[in-house]
Amino acid sequence: MLSMSLNSTTYSFIDKLKAVDYFLIIIVAIIGSISVFSIYSTESGNFSFYTKNHLIRFLVFFFMFLILSFIRVSAWYRQAYIFYIIGILLLLYVMLFGISASGSKRWINLFVMNFQPSELMKIAIIVCFARYYHHIQSSDIQSYKYLLQPTVLLLIPCYLVIAQPDLGTAILIAGSGLAIIWLAGLNLKYFVYSGLILLVSLPFVISVLKPYQKSRILTFFNPERDPLGAGYQIIQSKIAIGSGGFLGKGFLQGTQSYLEFLPEKHTDFIFTLFSEEFGFVGSAILIFLYALLIYRIIRIGFLSRSFFAKLYCFGFASALFLYIFVNIAMVVGLLPIVGAPLPIMSYGGSSMLSIMLGLSIVMSCKIYSRDPIGG
Amino acid sequence: MIKKTGNLNKNRIISRRLFVLVAAKIGLLGIVTSRLYNLQISEKQKYEVLSDKNRIREWKTPPQRGIITDYFNNVIADNQRVYQVHLSLEEVSNFNNSIFKLKNIISLKEDEIKKIYEKKEKSKPWDTLIISENLSWKEFSKLNLYLHELDGAKPVLSTSRYYPYSNDLVHVVGYVGDATTQDIQNKKKIEENFVPGLKVGKIGIESSKDTDLIGNHGTKRFEVNASGKKISEISYNKETQGENLRTTIDLEIQQLAQELLKNQAGSICVMDIYTGEVITMASSPTYDPNKFTHGISTKDWNEIKNNKLRPLLNKSLAGLYSPGSTIKPLVALAALEYGIIDTKFKVNCKGHDHPYELHGERYHCWKKNGHGWMSMRNAIKQSCDIYFYEVARLLGVDKLSLIAKRYGLGSKVLEDFFSEEKKGIVPSTKWKKQVLEQSWYLGETVITGIGQGYIQTTPLQLCLMTAQLANGGYKIKPNLIYDKEIDIDIIKSKIESEKNKSVDQNILKDHGFKYYERLYRNPNNLKFVLDAMYGSTNEQFGTSFKSRHTEDKYKFAGKTGTSQVKRITDQDRELDLDLEEIEYKNRDHALFIAFAPYNKPRYSLSVLIEHGGSGSKAAAPLANKLIKKILDRHELREKIRKDLKNIA
Repeated sequence: MLSMSLNSTTYSFIDKLKAVDYFLIIIVAIIGSISVFSIYSTESGNFSFYTKNHLIRFLVFFFMFLILSFIRVSAWYRQAYIFYIIGILLLLYVMLFGISASGSKRWINLFVMNFQPSELMKIAIIVCFARYYHHIQSSDIQSYKYLLQPTVLLLIPCYLVIAQPDLGTAILIAGSGLAIIWLAGLNLKYFVYSGLILLVSLPFVISVLKPYQKSRILTFFNPERDPLGAGYQIIQSKIAIGSGGFLGKGFLQGTQSYLEFLPEKHTDFIFTLFSEEFGFVGSAILIFLYALLIYRIIRIGFLSRSFFAKLYCFGFASALFLYIFVNIAMVVGLLPIVGAPLPIMSYGGSSMLSIMLGLSIVMSCKIYSRDPIGG
Repeated sequence: MIKKTGNLNKNRIISRRLFVLVAAKIGLLGIVTSRLYNLQISEKQKYEVLSDKNRIREWKTPPQRGIITDYFNNVIADNQRVYQVHLSLEEVSNFNNSIFKLKNIISLKEDEIKKIYEKKEKSKPWDTLIISENLSWKEFSKLNLYLHELDGAKPVLSTSRYYPYSNDLVHVVGYVGDATTQDIQNKKKIEENFVPGLKVGKIGIESSKDTDLIGNHGTKRFEVNASGKKISEISYNKETQGENLRTTIDLEIQQLAQELLKNQAGSICVMDIYTGEVITMASSPTYDPNKFTHGISTKDWNEIKNNKLRPLLNKSLAGLYSPGSTIKPLVALAALEYGIIDTKFKVNCKGHDHPYELHGERYHCWKKNGHGWMSMRNAIKQSCDIYFYEVARLLGVDKLSLIAKRYGLGSKVLEDFFSEEKKGIVPSTKWKKQVLEQSWYLGETVITGIGQGYIQTTPLQLCLMTAQLANGGYKIKPNLIYDKEIDIDIIKSKIESEKNKSVDQNILKDHGFKYYERLYRNPNNLKFVLDAMYGSTNEQFGTSFKSRHTEDKYKFAGKTGTSQVKRITDQDRELDLDLEEIEYKNRDHALFIAFAPYNKPRYSLSVLIEHGGSGSKAAAPLANKLIKKILDRHELREKIRKDLKNIA
């Protein structure tokens, strides 16, 4: 009864505005501005195609983030499974009717932009799992039923994304899902077991990998193996970052990217460009900004009353961290090149859309933090 | 209540688990940051170098060769503007196609195309290939017209070696050609400055002075993008031109000498008897060095190589000839210096019926009817062989050899300046023992006395010998490149002080001499020999009397020589054939040595005509014309000498 009445808590518009986390918005705006200048630099200081597109997308999705923040968090809670199912349906649609580019089928043509449903799935899985674990008592979590269901929920999108093929996104989806399962309290031993199983089945997994994926992994361990082929990207990326030094070569002065030694400099390697031009100091500041962003999200999780909001915020923060870590670790040569964009910084509409959507749900948790959400 | 405690419990679990995650995140961030530190701070320099290596590519630009001039600053080896077509390989989409198109525009021959393909095999993908080094203006303008169809083809204005007096100086100046692997290995300067298409000296001054002439290559540093396309020029360390060289050659005299030798095989050398400057060093026949610059065609090469008169041989310093009678002044000098005989010593030359006999061998004079009683002066003047058979016998070959070497025979005149120079042979008993492992016969001494037998000299050696006799018997330093250290006034004053030096006992023993040191014991002996040479040219019955100058200022003194290429048999002697009747290769070589002007000697010369017949008929007349020219140009040369001295 108590919960029923609280569920219908009303918020005045002023309350809502007061509850907004402006600090978080400012951080997003700063990172967004940095990203626009970085993309501008990839075009050697010409305000043309990529810069224009990126700026427009950032502005549009940033406003979308602000507006969607006012959707009540309980609405997200209620529609969580629908969200998940829409994600799965879109992935199936891609499989059948998607647009192919360079050997993989990842996109749906939305006329204004090519939309990548796997990016949306990254958020959907978090929302879905937050709802799933919202009710479950910690005492029940270790039961086989509650072990099996989320595993299936996680494996379906992962399979669909790997089939595109898009190993990087699949890993990020799996990672985000696992983060929530971990937060919900699943016994450590299951993680250890599944880790061992993965290790044992690794030879088998490698055998099903596409040749280019195999070559990427082998190249990761030894980039000089094929300096003009698969190792080229990582070698050139390391050269760019290393030659940036402490203070960097200066804005628009990154020779590696300007002279087109850097591949994919708009997307996956945007950090490399930034790091070449702004050096160790710039990179550290950018990483610090991301850390602040993650801190704000976790803080909102703590302030929220409902498990859904907590799980979502902590889950999203972990996912965001994972995206950032995988991308940077990849371009500095700590991880194989798997194809993972850097949130907000990388050029790409779908990624921007999913991050902003994810952030708006976080903000919704903040605005409606007193909502306990019925169970 | 159960639910509430459950919730509390769940909250705790989530918080605890989050704490673990955050700790992991901080750890991972630490790893990433330390990695960045490692890349950007610890290993910064390594990656900076790699980054520069990526973006900067160097192109070497060819150096300009130094100009070579004669003594009067006439350019004899020049750099000429040439039209070339280069092919930038990175811009060519289809190589075969490009070559096919170029072939039609600039008319490439099959063997040229073959060479281009060979070169392409060795090049790197961003190299530039020189398709043609020397296009005609017509081809070049046609190329420019069709340029839009030829991706990667570049019309280039370049410079290449050009010899304006093509044939006249090839044996002195030499020629250039592409650097071979051997050239690059042998000369450090070439290795350091090598660029594709670099021309290096092959023979002559071009080769001897290559190190000075080449200059230094330039370096253009370009920023390139990932596909190797040039984006911008970062720096240009300009190439430099090699040193300009002034030779001691007088172009006009050289040209006259070549003209005089035309259609014959032979050599003319002219030298300043004090400074040792080689004023002319002509060798005939010649060939065109310009043909070698861009690679000589097989046809032209065969023509030069198969010419029976051997144009490739620099006869002045690589042609070896018996000196014949031109050795006689030296034989006389040796005999006088050692005091074997005096100038009044007489020998009777009785003609072919009563030849000189020694141990049953018979030695004839060239004059059928004999000269009669000959004194030394007459014997030199009329070139009596019998007289010198006897003098040589009395003197002995070893003393003769010593004096001959002292005056410049038997060693390289220009030291190692020309790799092809030969040192010839000045025989002695010791030499024969060492080289032929045989003992010496007196008969061999006798024929050495008239410059036959083992003795072998180059025309340049004879010229030097004449110079060192004519200057009064002082060692000089022959040179071909103008050297400001060699100063006529200093040399003359050195000679003056040498003249008054008391000679020591060992002057006639075998030992080395410094430059400008006196070579003789008694100056009167030299004076006597020079006077006899004067008689040879300026008095009746002298062998070069017909070639004399009557005008005082052109008067010169000389000595003819006729060197046998085959032993004269009694049958030959009886037949007494005219020159035209003897087979070319069996005809005698004609020689002449001279110095001028007689009263104040300054220049020496040697003339050699291969198979020209007698020295007095074939060689001496050329000296007449040469000496007039040389002396006419003396004032001008001295003026230049003064100017050069003032500049220095």
